[in-house]
Amino acid sequence: MDFDFYLSTMWSVLKALPLTLEIWFFGIAFGLIIATGLTWLRASGYKLGEYFTRAYVFVFRGSPLLVQLYLIYFGLSQFDFVRHSPILWPILRDPMYCTIVAMALNTAAYESEIFRGALRAVPVGQIEAAKAFGMSAFTRFRLVTLPIALRLALPAYSTEIILMTKATALASVVTIMEMMGTAQKIQHDTFRPIEVLTCAGVIYLLLNLSIARLFAWVEHRLSPHLRPPPEQSRLAEPVPEVL
Amino acid sequence: MSANVAAAAQAAPSSGETPAISVKDLRKCFGDHEVLKGISLEAHKGDVISILGSSGSGKSTMLRCINLLETPDSGEVRVDGELIKMKRGRDGHQMPADIRQVERIRANLAMVFQSFNLWSHMTVLENLVAAPTHVLKRPRAECLEQAEVLLKRVGIWERRNYYPPHMSGGQQQRAAIARALAMNPKVMLFDEPTSALDPELVGEVLRVMRSLAEEGRTMLVVTHEMGFARDVSSKVMFLHKGEVDSVGEPKEMFARPPTPQFKQFIANFNK
Repeated sequence: MDFDFYLSTMWSVLKALPLTLEIWFFGIAFGLIIATGLTWLRASGYKLGEYFTRAYVFVFRGSPLLVQLYLIYFGLSQFDFVRHSPILWPILRDPMYCTIVAMALNTAAYESEIFRGALRAVPVGQIEAAKAFGMSAFTRFRLVTLPIALRLALPAYSTEIILMTKATALASVVTIMEMMGTAQKIQHDTFRPIEVLTCAGVIYLLLNLSIARLFAWVEHRLSPHLRPPPEQSRLAEPVPEVL
Repeated sequence: MSANVAAAAQAAPSSGETPAISVKDLRKCFGDHEVLKGISLEAHKGDVISILGSSGSGKSTMLRCINLLETPDSGEVRVDGELIKMKRGRDGHQMPADIRQVERIRANLAMVFQSFNLWSHMTVLENLVAAPTHVLKRPRAECLEQAEVLLKRVGIWERRNYYPPHMSGGQQQRAAIARALAMNPKVMLFDEPTSALDPELVGEVLRVMRSLAEEGRTMLVVTHEMGFARDVSSKVMFLHKGEVDSVGEPKEMFARPPTPQFKQFIANFNK
């Protein structure tokens, strides 16, 4: 085993981690904003809003993210009006922006479905109780519906965030030198795919491990009511070994 | 028959004071099924009215129409003399004209549900404080103080920091009653408060309700507890197929059932 090569590859790939995290962060941040809008549109009760969100989810969940990324980066620049638009062109000629746009649009489709399911799973009785105590629609949403729905959405949402972490690797196909792009360059230069891809794989694994732990912690903090009650958990603790 | 009784019920308490709750000719359909066929009811301050009836008789629906959890198709509901304003929606159905008014009135009509409906992500104490602070805008410290007093009263103060799923049904229902009391409501609505409880837990909830009746609270209680209806309530109302079959003083009603339907109903319970 060539430890020096492993170490230098690890270091080179790690130097691209900030770029990966940047794509990841802005992708999920904008994705969350779009998903919130879509969820609201879907729940608003307007037929037009419902048709739009259904079509949106159909398109962005139904086609590969790679196809969407290619269409946005290579496809849209074919249109004259895009190239001459002072707003669109600065965004769509930049591969970094294109990746973020593609990821945000794609993840928003999944997330809006996650949120829709979570909202529907909030027990009707608890919302009714909030109504019966005179809470306004906004107070009801803030104190009862939203907190319950967020806890219900968290497990599926964390999975989606992990999928997005892995999806950042697609940025390499539109010339971005994030971790995957960097790894591929080293691989082409050295013809040592096993070592290089193992390094990249290990970093993605550790990254996702920490994301999963973070979400598990948040979930634990937010759901004391879903754990066994205090006495039971005390009983469940192992008996200390005396011997 | 039922029309006479309804008219009598309206005419009887003509003491001149404004009834706490007054319901007139309430009607409600679910699809083709007419659940309420013109129900009238008057509750004065201090009344404890037990509403009896077999399942499907419309008793829960009637209660839920009073605080607009169900929207009646026609008829009027007055709380403390104030008419809940209704209007016709575009689909021809009735709907509340002023949702702010409905919210204000609901805050005066605390409800206790069959399945408790405590907010599961809040501790018992938070459950008691949520509505008074956010709806009545009372200071939090004051609400917390009152909440502890109420929890002591219903006997679950030790569980104040528990989450509802960690408590027995009886404890949850007592917490729900305390949550209702925290609103200082003018009228309390009970929708089958003991029907979801294990038999051995019914007693603890009924004891709390009895003490509320004794301190003169105005209560509308939809129930299957014949003992409570007979011994605690000041008036019994029997619904049959969406109509008021009979209304009366409990001892009298149970001793001499005024209609064959009511006789049949209590006979089934004594079996």
